[in-house]
Amino acid sequence: MTIEVRQLCKRFGAFTALDHVDLLVREGELLALLGPSGCGKTTLLRLIAGLDRPDSGLVLFGGEDATARTVGDRQVGFVFQHYALFRHMSVFDNVAFGLSVRPRATRPGKAEIRERVMSLLKLVQLEWLADAYPSQLSGGQRQRIALARSLAVEPRVLLLDEPFGALDARVRKDLRRWLRDLHDQIHLTSVFVTHDQEEALEVSDRVVVMNHGRIEQVGTPDEIYEQPASPFVTHFLGDVNLFHGRVESGRLTIGPFAHPLQGVDDSERAVAYVRPHDLDVTLVADGALAQGRVDHIHAVGPLVRLELRRDDGESIEVALGRERYRELGLAPGDLVYVKPRKLSVFPDAPDYVI
Amino acid sequence: MSRARFSSATAEPAAVRRLLIGIAILFLGLFLLMPLFLVFQQALQQGLQMYWASLTDPDALAAIRLTLLSSAIAVPLNLVFGISAAWCIARFEFRGKSLFSTLIDLPFSVSPVVAGLMLVLLFGVHAPLGGWLEAHGLKVIFAVPGIVLASVFVTFPFMARELIPLMQAQGAEEEQAALVLGASGWQTFWRVTVPNVKWGLLYGVILTNARAMGEFGAVSVVSGHIRGETNTLPLHVEVLYNDYNFVGAFACASLLTMLALLTLLARSLVEWHEARARQRALALTEEGRTARVFQLERKSA
Repeated sequence: MTIEVRQLCKRFGAFTALDHVDLLVREGELLALLGPSGCGKTTLLRLIAGLDRPDSGLVLFGGEDATARTVGDRQVGFVFQHYALFRHMSVFDNVAFGLSVRPRATRPGKAEIRERVMSLLKLVQLEWLADAYPSQLSGGQRQRIALARSLAVEPRVLLLDEPFGALDARVRKDLRRWLRDLHDQIHLTSVFVTHDQEEALEVSDRVVVMNHGRIEQVGTPDEIYEQPASPFVTHFLGDVNLFHGRVESGRLTIGPFAHPLQGVDDSERAVAYVRPHDLDVTLVADGALAQGRVDHIHAVGPLVRLELRRDDGESIEVALGRERYRELGLAPGDLVYVKPRKLSVFPDAPDYVI
Repeated sequence: MSRARFSSATAEPAAVRRLLIGIAILFLGLFLLMPLFLVFQQALQQGLQMYWASLTDPDALAAIRLTLLSSAIAVPLNLVFGISAAWCIARFEFRGKSLFSTLIDLPFSVSPVVAGLMLVLLFGVHAPLGGWLEAHGLKVIFAVPGIVLASVFVTFPFMARELIPLMQAQGAEEEQAALVLGASGWQTFWRVTVPNVKWGLLYGVILTNARAMGEFGAVSVVSGHIRGETNTLPLHVEVLYNDYNFVGAFACASLLTMLALLTLLARSLVEWHEARARQRALALTEEGRTARVFQLERKSA
C-alpha cells in the first residue's frame, strides 16, 4: 500500500508544524523521517495515522483519499515512542487486543486468536513472555511487543514513532538490524521517525530529511549522504568543515587558495562543506582549500583524527587513514594544507539553527 | 577510633527513632483507637439486647434507609460526573479549564452549612424555583430530594480529584493505541481507560460513599429533622444524643464507625488481591526465563 500526502499543513497555535508537505511512500519500502526535534516529523506521522487532523491537505492510502477516515478505519499499525502497552493486560492480551475488539461478525474465534498471537510473538522472538505484564519487560522487549501488537490487526502500513529513542545504545543497534530483517521478511510499507541520522541511514530504503515543517530532501541513504541538497542536510548528517569563499569561472577561491570546481554557478559568497574523512592533508598548496597548523592528533581507532588550526583561529577537522598518516609523519605544530576529495558548495545563506 | 554507629546516612539514632515511633503511637491511640473503643463501649454498656433494640427502633431503621438511599443516589451520580470531569480536564485543552478545575473544588472550600443554606435559598418555598417545584408537587427542602441534593453537592469533588492526577500522569497514549487498533470509543473506555484508573475509581467511590453517609452539616440544614422521615443516620445520632438516649446514639454511631472500618477492610482486601496477581505473573515470567536460558544452553551445547 502506498501512502501519499499532498500539501499537508498543520499549525499548533502560532507554531507551524507542517508547511505544505508533499510526499510519496512507495509500496513495501521502509522510509525514515529524519530531522531535529520540532521539525514536524512526528506530526507528519500522526497525520498519516489519523491521530491528528490536518488543517489542510490530503492523505492518500493506495491512491484513495483517506483524509476523512478515522484512525480506526485507516488500518495502520502504529508503534508509539514509549510503546503505550496496556499496562493492566498481559503480553498475550496486549497483542490480542486489536483482534478481540472487532465486531462479532469479523472477530476470529478464540483458538484462532491464540494461534495468531502466538505466531506473532514467535515472529518477535518473545513467545515465552506471553503471560508477563508490560512492567516486567525490558525496554527492547516492550518495543518488540508493541510491534507485534500493531501487526496483529494486519495493518496495511506500519508507522513507528522514534522506535529506538528510549533504548540504550547497544540494544538500539541490535533492534535496528532486527527491524530491518523483519521488514525484509514482511515487506509492509513502513514509515519511521527518528532524529538519529545514523539510524535513518542504516535502516531505511529512503530517507526524508525535514526541517521547520518542510521537507529538505528525499533520497536513498547514499544520495542523502553523498549529495546533500542543502546546507541543512549536510550539517544534520554529520560533522562537516566549512570553507567560506567565492566561485568564479569554475574555481572556488578562498583567500590565496583556489580549487577547481565543476557545475557550480559563479557567486560572490559561497560555502564549501567538506566532511572530515573527505579531506586529505598535503604538504603542497596546489589545489588546496586552506592551510593550518596541526593542533591535536587523536590516534585511537581505525582513523586518525587531526585538529588543524587556521590562521584566523578556526579549526579544521580531518580524519585520515592510518597509512596516510604514517606516510606524512605529522607532528603538532606542522604547517599543512587540506585538499578535498569531495565537497558540496552552496551559496552563503544566513545562519540557521539546527 | 569511633565505631560506625549508623547503618545508613538517613538512619536516625536509636533514641530519636524511639521518640518518633512513640509520638506516632500515642497520637494514633489518643485520636483514633480510643474514640473507636469508646463508641462501642458506650453502645454496648447496657447489653446486646438494648443495643439491638435501639437499632431496630422504627426511627433508626428509617434513618438507616434514608442514609443508604441518599448515598445510593449520590455515589453513582458523582461517579458519572467525576469520570466526565476528569476526562475533560486530563484529556483536553479548552478555554476556562483552570476555572472549571477550581469550581470542582468549591464544595471542599465552602462550609457544608453554607451549602445547605444555598439549597434552601434555591429550593425553599419562597424561592422562585422552589415555589414552582412545590406547586408541581415536588417538595425539595425538608424532604428527601433536598437531602440527596445536599449529599451530592458535598461529595461532588471526590471522584474527580481522585481521577484527574491519575489520568494526567498516565497520559492518553494507551487510549490512542487502542483507537489505532480499531477499538471504538466505548471499547477504549471500558477496556483501557477504566482498568487503568480502577484503583482511583474504587478509592473515589469509597470516599464518596463514606462522606455521603457521614455528612452532617449540609444535610442538617435542609432536613428539618423530622423523625422517621428526614433524619439520616448522623442526624439521628444527634437527635438521640440530645434526648439523653446515649445507648441509642452510640448504637447508631457504631454503625457509622463500622461503615468506616468496612471501607478500610474492603480497600486493603482488593489491594492485597492485586498484589498477589502481580506476584503470580512475575513468578510465571521467571519460570519462562529459566526455561528459555535452558533451551539456549542446550542449543549451544
